[in-house]
Amino acid sequence: MKKVTTLSMAVLLALTVVPAMAQKTASQGIDEYRAMLQDGNPAELFEAKGEDLWKKARGPKNASLEKCDLGKGPGVVKGVFVELPRYFADTQRMQDLEDRLVTCMEKLQGFNAAEIAKTPFGRGEMANVTALATWIAAESKGQKFNLSQAHPQEKTFYEVGKRLFFQRGGPHDFSCASCHGEEGKRIRLQDLPILTKNPGDGVGFAAWPAYRVSNGQMWSMQLRLNDCYRQQRFPYPGFASDATIALSTYLGVNAKGAASVAPAIKR
Amino acid sequence: MADPMRIRAQAAGDKATVRVLMSHEMESGQRKDAAGKTVPAWFIQEVTASHNGKPVLSAEWGPAVSKNPFLQFAVKGAKAGDKIAVTWKDNKGDTRTDEATVS
Repeated sequence: MKKVTTLSMAVLLALTVVPAMAQKTASQGIDEYRAMLQDGNPAELFEAKGEDLWKKARGPKNASLEKCDLGKGPGVVKGVFVELPRYFADTQRMQDLEDRLVTCMEKLQGFNAAEIAKTPFGRGEMANVTALATWIAAESKGQKFNLSQAHPQEKTFYEVGKRLFFQRGGPHDFSCASCHGEEGKRIRLQDLPILTKNPGDGVGFAAWPAYRVSNGQMWSMQLRLNDCYRQQRFPYPGFASDATIALSTYLGVNAKGAASVAPAIKR
Repeated sequence: MADPMRIRAQAAGDKATVRVLMSHEMESGQRKDAAGKTVPAWFIQEVTASHNGKPVLSAEWGPAVSKNPFLQFAVKGAKAGDKIAVTWKDNKGDTRTDEATVS
């Protein structure tokens, strides 16, 4: 007798949003859509790529990144994400995850850090940095943010980040705080978290890197900040510039105690 | 060479739920690049799945399926330890097969 096999197929990512029912608000509808996307986050594909890149011998020196010190000693990956950006004694500066990865790629593998920093997001070695950051973030999933404020530089960067957050400018006279400083703000259907205080588990700083369904791209924190500045019509900040790391420090310290869900999935 | 798929297969009761994430551009052929030239279509056309070597699913896909597609289906009678293999083939003839064990 032939065995009957039932198949229920759901190509979720290709689904259109179910129109909001009369009793349901638009934002509830969006929340349902997001919940449907949770299972099968393509960020996993980037995690796999990142893990592979970490272990593979590459670059002019044909070395892997397994001796890279991300803040908890050479080769330690678990738990580093929730403590970055931090001050690194060997480079004598504040570094976030992506900047630190580029440092390791230069020191251990022989890549040219300046070349990588100039590469547009999603291309060449920059895409590899994003994949590495995705995997390393995923290794700290569920852990609580706990950025150090022990070193004077760490305190300075927090203060500078705070000022940048409130600094208004550009043709629209916008600051980060224009959108992220008050309750109930949104851009179209995206609710905006308040980032001047702890926005809670898995919101804001605790949600990036994230996969963007609408354009099929993996977004790192550097790209997230870069795009925030684009939306404010500011000039683009340089990759891993002091400004972006100061902002990250401000957001990261504010998020103290919030659990990381990165890599998340976004609209 | 295409990137690997992520396959998770979990048994519950008399069936196993299989979740597959495929890494693919899924270019529809409708888009134009910066120079105004059409980006050629490049998408998965055929998807098949087998349970311990026996085919249990075959599907024809088109350009409307999203980039990095996610596929979920249930296989009746699959138990822990069984092998689930998934294969896709795209319109350029590229193909990829990955296997997972039901847990």
